[in-house]
Amino acid sequence: MQVADLSTPSVVARRPSGQPHELRRFLLRRILTLLVTLWLASVLVFLVLNILPGKPAQVILGTQATPSSVAALTAKLGLNRPLVDQYLHWIHGLVTLNLGNSYISAQPIAPVIGAALEVTGPLVLAGLVVGLLIAIPLGIASALRHTRRSGIVLSGIAQIGIAIPNFVLGILLIIVFAVDLKVLPASGFTTWSTSVTGALQSLVLPAVALGLVEGAILARYIRASIIEVLRADYLRTARAKGLRPNQALIRHGLRNASIPVLTVFGLELSGLIIGAVVIEAVFTLPGLGSLLLSSVANRDLITVQDIVMLVATTVLVVNTIVDILYRVIDPRMGLRS
Amino acid sequence: MTQNHQSSSSPPSVALVQPPKRRARLLTLGPSATIGAIIVAVVVLIAIVSIWWTPYGPLAVNTGAEFLRPSLAHPLGTDEYGRDVLSRLMKGTQLTLLSSLGAVIIALVIGVPAGLIAAFKRGVAGEIIMRGADLLYSFPALLAAITLVAAFGASTLTATLAIGIASIPVFARVTRSTALSVLANDYVLAARAYGRSNFQIARRHVLPNIMGVLVAQIALLLSITILAVAALSYLGLGTPPPAPTWGGMLENAQNYLYQDPMLALWPGLAIAITVFGLNALGDGVRDLLDPTLKGRS
Repeated sequence: MQVADLSTPSVVARRPSGQPHELRRFLLRRILTLLVTLWLASVLVFLVLNILPGKPAQVILGTQATPSSVAALTAKLGLNRPLVDQYLHWIHGLVTLNLGNSYISAQPIAPVIGAALEVTGPLVLAGLVVGLLIAIPLGIASALRHTRRSGIVLSGIAQIGIAIPNFVLGILLIIVFAVDLKVLPASGFTTWSTSVTGALQSLVLPAVALGLVEGAILARYIRASIIEVLRADYLRTARAKGLRPNQALIRHGLRNASIPVLTVFGLELSGLIIGAVVIEAVFTLPGLGSLLLSSVANRDLITVQDIVMLVATTVLVVNTIVDILYRVIDPRMGLRS
Repeated sequence: MTQNHQSSSSPPSVALVQPPKRRARLLTLGPSATIGAIIVAVVVLIAIVSIWWTPYGPLAVNTGAEFLRPSLAHPLGTDEYGRDVLSRLMKGTQLTLLSSLGAVIIALVIGVPAGLIAAFKRGVAGEIIMRGADLLYSFPALLAAITLVAAFGASTLTATLAIGIASIPVFARVTRSTALSVLANDYVLAARAYGRSNFQIARRHVLPNIMGVLVAQIALLLSITILAVAALSYLGLGTPPPAPTWGGMLENAQNYLYQDPMLALWPGLAIAITVFGLNALGDGVRDLLDPTLKGRS
């Protein structure tokens, strides 16, 4: 009794002053980690793409070029400056959104990337919607029935979904809906300014191909998470209190079950962004992924460097946000580690 | 927790009973893991057979036999050059498995020692290793692979190296966390008191105890690397044609979807079945080792 009396007030007293301070320190540390990670990633990407066997000017001009013209182009592209200078120039450009000019077309890169984002952005978003529409019902249904045959069948479906890579699924969708049924385009993109319906139509199959697999993975986590919650004591208490199974699950279970799912959700979001690179190749959509691959093929390394850094930054920022949300929603995790 | 409980309640009986119990449990691999094991065995067998024998030469062009439907002579039909699809798929199994296995071995050979060092040296060295692993882990593998290919050109070696390097953190993390729990045991303390070096402790106590977890991780990682290898060769960033890879065959088949959609089906099925088998096997082995994880992904 005495022990309880002594300990309770101290906990209560510590909370208001300690927690916001700890939260601020946690946020600061997490953002600092993000910045260091981004910096290291940019150094690695820069080094890999700038200490390569072939010199960009030589590649652009071809094997017939004279040494003097190669030297002139190298100077024009600024590639004869020290690596540190080139790196700082590149980073400065990235931060000020002045991404430089393409080695190949000599056009500014930023507007090209902007146009590509008009395709990739909606694609990732639509993939996310498809993924959630599949994952949440499938995950909950297979968890509630996990002891019954129908639940096993449902989780089996998710297991098969995970085994099918998005590009294989994309091709299967093309065979069924474009080649056989002829209801949706097999490839290409109608620009938003030409026709909004046309643009949406060209995104349907890619979004399904992208979202289905990520949805299946997410469904497995939701299932596992809910099964765990179903066995929890507080859910039994809620039932004993007189709530029906569904009421208890919705009021007490889902919120708790959503915590571990959130981390996976962050990973899935990165998966969608990376998956879009492949899916754009499947459906020849003129997005960021296609731009990246064609730049690799043309050895337009400055564009490759910009896009890789852009995608990496997006993924790292998304992961940081999810990590922060995770700690804030679930205080049990603690803010320290 | 459980180990402490066991050792405090009845240490002698545990020591006597455990070995036969373990053997019995190994035999009772669940149904889905058994199916997974069979699938993996068949795929490996096909890959090995294809080293010496395929029904036809996987690169043999046969003019006049293009786009043949499946028949006894060509069980999976022929492609746009009249090449036998079954032969190409078999050879493709070998190429895909070799590349994926190579990536896993790279990750294993670097990741496990790194994880062990991080577990033993929890000071600056361990911290640097794990921060490095975190950095590598946070950078998307496919993006890393594309960057390396952009610099060094598309080849089997580049793709294998890229995927292998990107997978190092998987083993470094698993090794460190499982090794730490082994190191907390009293018998490690006893070994230290006996004067065993870190290396000896790692070899005699840590590695045997984490072997099971590593085996499960190898199966699960292999399914990821197979997907990555197939994706890279599909994108034209892996083994260059005409070598038959699953991803390359798929990319090629996509040009002829209107003439012969079946061409795309076979490599797609090969990838999906193999990945399914490896996932089922890996999950099964892991559940066996740690029943509390059952049902988790």
